[in-house]
Amino acid sequence: MAEQETAGVIHDIGFRHYDGPRLGRGWIVRSLLVETFRGAFGFGRPAKAKVMPWVLIGILLAPPLIFVLIIVLTGMKDLPVSYTQYFSSLQLIISLFIAGRAPYAVSRDLRHGVMPLYLSRPLKRDDYVFAKFGGMALAMFAILAAPETLLFVGALLAKLPVGDQIAGYAQGLAMSVILALVLTGIGLVIAAFTPRRGLGVAAIITTLVVVSAIGGILWGILTSMDNDALGAYLSAIDPYNVVNGIATSWFSVEPNISAMSTLGFTGGLVFTTLAVAIVWGSVAILLARYRKVGVV
Amino acid sequence: MPAIETPAIETKALTRTFGPVTALSQLSVEMPSGVVGLVGANGAGKSTLIKILLGLLAPTRGTATVLGLDCLTDGLKIRELVGYMPESECLPPEVSATEFLVHMARMSGLPTDVARERTADTLRHVGLYEERYRPIGGYSTGMKQRVKLAQALVHDPKLVLLDEPTNGLDPAGRDEMLGLIQRISTDFGIAVVVTSHLLGELERIADHIVVIEAGVLQRSTSTAAATTMSSVVLVEVTDRAAEVMALLTAAGAKAVAGDSEQTFAVEVGDERVLDEIRGAVADLDVGLVRIQRRRHHLAEMFQSAERPQSAERLQTSEEVSHG
Repeated sequence: MAEQETAGVIHDIGFRHYDGPRLGRGWIVRSLLVETFRGAFGFGRPAKAKVMPWVLIGILLAPPLIFVLIIVLTGMKDLPVSYTQYFSSLQLIISLFIAGRAPYAVSRDLRHGVMPLYLSRPLKRDDYVFAKFGGMALAMFAILAAPETLLFVGALLAKLPVGDQIAGYAQGLAMSVILALVLTGIGLVIAAFTPRRGLGVAAIITTLVVVSAIGGILWGILTSMDNDALGAYLSAIDPYNVVNGIATSWFSVEPNISAMSTLGFTGGLVFTTLAVAIVWGSVAILLARYRKVGVV
Repeated sequence: MPAIETPAIETKALTRTFGPVTALSQLSVEMPSGVVGLVGANGAGKSTLIKILLGLLAPTRGTATVLGLDCLTDGLKIRELVGYMPESECLPPEVSATEFLVHMARMSGLPTDVARERTADTLRHVGLYEERYRPIGGYSTGMKQRVKLAQALVHDPKLVLLDEPTNGLDPAGRDEMLGLIQRISTDFGIAVVVTSHLLGELERIADHIVVIEAGVLQRSTSTAAATTMSSVVLVEVTDRAAEVMALLTAAGAKAVAGDSEQTFAVEVGDERVLDEIRGAVADLDVGLVRIQRRRHHLAEMFQSAERPQSAERLQTSEEVSHG
């Protein structure tokens, strides 16, 4: 036997059993969340999958870089775009990101029937939904917080007043959290009902663009009818305006929709309730959806 | 060899209804830790049973235990120790078998480095080599079935539930898959429950056969016991078959006339009957053309069972899919 081994014979060592640790539900959910987060940026996927997300991230990061250069060079006393206004100005890019990545996160498992394999593993049905939601929301937060951070660092380099900048940055991050949750909810719900990835992408971007247009039109019509307050509320059919409304009401920042600043506490309450309803509702819909599709 | 004495799966008066439909009715069965064949036509309640066993569906009444764990309360623990291969398509085409298996191993709770190690091992055991780095989309049906089997084995379960693993395979692929399933039990020491609507292929590899129909247990038998009990040999002689038969009957053996004049069938209760046959032929000085052990099919056993209509249906489905 020993002679054979030294002669370099390859042995079939047979099926090896595993007695080591099995890490359980917490680790599984965390792994799935991390995998979803990485997948949103195309990590662990072929090079082709990395192109779209990184082009969009590049576009999101370019304006802050330019702004920072402008302030540093010209010695401006303020940022050209405030932390909270930034998202509205790059709304389309953000929409494209969620439209591209949400289907990537969920459509593969749905379309190819992978769900039974997850369900036959030591995690609970709802864990999958929470892990996917968490991973996607974290990825959205990352792409929203990154340009904010760039703006903040630039502002500090340009020696703008530190106190103001910290306050603005904090507000920007708070909005990033809310926007990430709201967009993830909407994106995943649509993606979960359109297992074909291309269809999902189209459905999400169409929805976001259309509601945005409708919001703008409603606001325009009602303003021209001198009903600014109602117009401001109705414009919140666009999820970006929900977040704008929250920022305007609680942080007293300059609104994109001017009437929002007149809504006061009631407005804040309405917009916050709306945001909570969107997030809570979409999670509830996702859980219900996965109770159906995940049948073994 | 796994211990046969402790049942891998045990159900007691297991009942599951969906509104007015009864999927499982008063099912009480013990499945030992060898290869257990679970046979039933589509809609017989096989998948409902699997869902209950995996702890994904609560029974309406009755209890079920897997590896001694209660399916109603210990679902997570059961799913840690059990592997499941679904009947349906479940593989994403754009990833490689290796990537997919590492992910599924992690989803079973294995640390990442262990997941990688066991992925390579498991794919080798199911017979996937260089192709494991290519996207699954380009695989043949046989290779896909192997990947599906591998994901059920990668976390080293104590028991695997294989749902129609030979579906869609050609005869050669079917034989390979059945051989692999047998090895899972004998070489890997993992208990196997394998479902099929084809009784014929399961009798080749199963130590125990459970038949359910319309949610009702029809039969639960060890195949070894069944084979020795009713083994039959076909005897052909050159002449005087009737006299040979008379001698054998006188010696206490049970002989029945065959299709042609000089053939007859003898039931072999024990090996001494074979000696009797030889002795009778020698005494009468006739030529012995053949003593052929008739390959015992479980299907025949069910044909003579008390509910012949269900057995016929099983056989018909076998013929149809073989044809």
